[in-house]
Amino acid sequence: MKREITLRVNDRDETLVIEDADTLLEVLRDRLKLWSVRESCGVGACGSCTVLLDGRPVSACLLLAVRSTGREITTLEGLGDGQALHPIQEAFVSERALQCAYCTPGFVLTVKALLDKNPNPSDDEIREYLSGNLCRCAGYADILRAVHLAREKQSRAPVQRR
Amino acid sequence: MATRDKDMADLSVVGQSVYRTDANPKVTGRALHVGNIEMPGMLHVAVLRSPYPHARIKRIDKAKAEALSGVTVVLTGAEIAKMPGVDAHFGPAFRDQPILAVEKVCYAGDPVVAVAAVDRRTAEDALQLVEVDYEQLPAVFDVLEAVKPSAPLVHEQHRPAKAFADLAHVKAGQRSNICYHFKLRTGDVDKAFADADRVFEDTFSSPPAQHVPMEPHVTLVYLDEHERLNVWTSSQSPSYVRTELSATFGIPMNRIRVRVPYIGGGYGAKLYAKLEPLVTVLALITRKPVRYALTREEEFLTITKHRVVTKIKTAVKNGAITARKCEVYWDTGAYAEIGPRIGHKSGYTSAGPYRIPNVWIDSYCVYTHRVPAGAFRGFGVPQVIWAYDSQTDMIARALGADPVEFRLKPALDEGEPFATGTLVHSFGVKEAIRQAAHAIDWTKRGPVQTGTKRRGKGIAAGVKAVLTPSISGAIVILNADGTANVLSSTVEMGQGSETTLGQIVAEELGLTVGQVHIVQPDTDVTPYDTITAGSRSTYHMGNAVRMAAAKVKAALCEAVAAKLEVDPGDLLARNGRVCVRGMEERGMTIGEIFLAKFGSLGTTLAAEAVCQPTAAHMDPETGQSEKCTEYWFPSATAVEVEVDTETGRVAVLQLISVGDTGTAINPKHCEQQLLCAAVMHLGLTLFEEMVFDEGQLINGSLLDYQVASIKDMPRSFRSVVVEVPHADGPFGAKGAGETGALTVAPAVANAIEDAVGVRIRDLPITPEKILRALAGKNGTKVPGN
Repeated sequence: MKREITLRVNDRDETLVIEDADTLLEVLRDRLKLWSVRESCGVGACGSCTVLLDGRPVSACLLLAVRSTGREITTLEGLGDGQALHPIQEAFVSERALQCAYCTPGFVLTVKALLDKNPNPSDDEIREYLSGNLCRCAGYADILRAVHLAREKQSRAPVQRR
Repeated sequence: MATRDKDMADLSVVGQSVYRTDANPKVTGRALHVGNIEMPGMLHVAVLRSPYPHARIKRIDKAKAEALSGVTVVLTGAEIAKMPGVDAHFGPAFRDQPILAVEKVCYAGDPVVAVAAVDRRTAEDALQLVEVDYEQLPAVFDVLEAVKPSAPLVHEQHRPAKAFADLAHVKAGQRSNICYHFKLRTGDVDKAFADADRVFEDTFSSPPAQHVPMEPHVTLVYLDEHERLNVWTSSQSPSYVRTELSATFGIPMNRIRVRVPYIGGGYGAKLYAKLEPLVTVLALITRKPVRYALTREEEFLTITKHRVVTKIKTAVKNGAITARKCEVYWDTGAYAEIGPRIGHKSGYTSAGPYRIPNVWIDSYCVYTHRVPAGAFRGFGVPQVIWAYDSQTDMIARALGADPVEFRLKPALDEGEPFATGTLVHSFGVKEAIRQAAHAIDWTKRGPVQTGTKRRGKGIAAGVKAVLTPSISGAIVILNADGTANVLSSTVEMGQGSETTLGQIVAEELGLTVGQVHIVQPDTDVTPYDTITAGSRSTYHMGNAVRMAAAKVKAALCEAVAAKLEVDPGDLLARNGRVCVRGMEERGMTIGEIFLAKFGSLGTTLAAEAVCQPTAAHMDPETGQSEKCTEYWFPSATAVEVEVDTETGRVAVLQLISVGDTGTAINPKHCEQQLLCAAVMHLGLTLFEEMVFDEGQLINGSLLDYQVASIKDMPRSFRSVVVEVPHADGPFGAKGAGETGALTVAPAVANAIEDAVGVRIRDLPITPEKILRALAGKNGTKVPGN
């Protein structure tokens, strides 16, 4: 069934007519053209389509768009001020924590959620929190270093809300 | 190394670990992928796949599907076969793979009917309305069963494709599932076995696995205003795709344009043609833009890593290996794909990088009724090293020899002949073994262990030879402002080729990496390149862009020499200028040179170059060749494991990945390639396996098929780049993409034997296999059995 909904995405209200069966992933990509949200496994097992829902990482492929109303949805396009790179992104670049980078948006957002919740995570806590995001280039060593660098950058910088 | 230091002292960009030039678009998620490209009126595709591994198609009723609102076309293989001028089959070695099944299906998952519709969901709904009647046929799933004369035939005849020079010797075969047989014979193995002190005979296997690129295959095709075929595709081989579409559809090559933006991982999955023929035929029929993106489940049904069974028999006399006989069986699935190339190139390395006077190799590429197998990071070499360097370790242990010393003694030195008779050059295998042993503190052993958690160390070595012959062409265009554009068909799929090629051109022209733009593959403008695969791009495309840049530089130097009245040989390009060596204030900026040469800044200076290494003839009966490859990349891996004898679980405590990459153009990126390839292969070693039941894949989703996550990272890890420069490589470079993948599995198995005294011969090394082996060793029951 078609219905009109309003989604709050990256601080903007987006009113759209959608099908009940449309996933948040389909709406973000096909309707809102937010291409950083990537389809990969379709079953919530790889983290490529991770978005933040009220600050918590979720797989957009498993979530119906109709169930996402009234929540703050953040995609990588909404991270930072839209001009300079966010400190987490800077850390990924300087630690070379990206190769094919198809998984990168999902990782960056998951790291954002982790550091918002736990500004000083241990190696084990990082491994646990990021275990739902797969990088087939297997750049996990670089990603681990990037998280630590991002943690240092954020502890030095004033708190960024987004 | 002395020459390297002298040559490298002059370099300013090559040898520096500059940052990735594609980092910004990638870290912001703005990188263009095929899945982000939309065309007006674009149709979406869904494909009905065979439920049976081998069956005749008796009837297809698609009327109801065609009647569904939103459906533009419902297409069958029989209809494609009737299209005038269209070859209904394609493939890089044999033209054996139908665009859609014609008359019969050859694996469970074989595409049978395709629907193009206004959206994906409508296309999928239409598939539900298609009725297909099948008559099931006898099928064969095991590679050793498939070679028997009584086995059901997968294909009645084999039609060579003639697409690649290195496959020119592939012959039409008939009435057999063996589509390719490579033979190597040197010395007298029978005599050596008769004279041996000891003979070791083992069988090793590795399972089919999937590449799991995070971006599944995706292809978009449309006809432009000139009715030219425009193809956007996530492919590692844009030049080949154009050739294949031209051959399949009879379209002139200049009426096909293939473009490849950034791709979300390949690892060999995205080579040759995959979705392109089907999407092309749908675009030709509908005359609308058509895009097909595989689901993850379809990805598992499209291409796999070869299952391989290797029987290996080794003779030892006076403590040294005197003969080795290898029978290698490659399960290439229902369609040969690139199996014959793998059977050949990997087949000839299957006795190892060792001095063995008598070698006999039979490498068979075999059809079965399973998902087709193709290239997978390492091109089959990890599977053969799994056999030979597991067994080499077993022999060392049986002889009471140190596994490191046992490998170092026969490891080939510079200038010695490989089993093919080819003399090896730039062959740092000994150095790789030494570095791996050193990094893991090989000689240091802990106290005798008595608990349920036992530690052990293992090492493995091996070598891969680069695909030869192959071709890379490039064009370098210098602009009047001292920036350059580089036309290259190398695909940036994460390996960092844009950065590496940029460094090479920047070095040659005296520019910064930021001043060099690498144009993404576009067959309208970027010259031919064989493939982005096989660790060949740094060498082949690196040489091509370097030679093209050198031609541009020569033209600059000629102009400066004339203007300043100096010898062109005394000039060098540096910091955006061409100046006199030793008197660098005397020179001209690129802008000044353009003004002097052209009287204008409104022009460009371009040059083309082609890198085309050749191979010498290889005797079809003996596999002997004066030159079978352009270069070698040796690998060694050392690991320390802890095995829980109660659960069979293996924890990898330390992982050291060592590779000889030649001169490292970008050392940090070489380290990254070595380490990441090894971590990826830890997953393939410990748990990855596509499980089939009577030809049906039963774990074809990421819920059921596990790949390495960040939790599978060893506690301690490191990679070591060994740089043995190659005389003809760009600045001495070779390649790095696969090296780290080659020797992980045997290193882990060897460490497990060191820890708990059991030998696993079948990948993956699961806790269950370890428990069973421990129970067998101790004469106890496996818990739960």
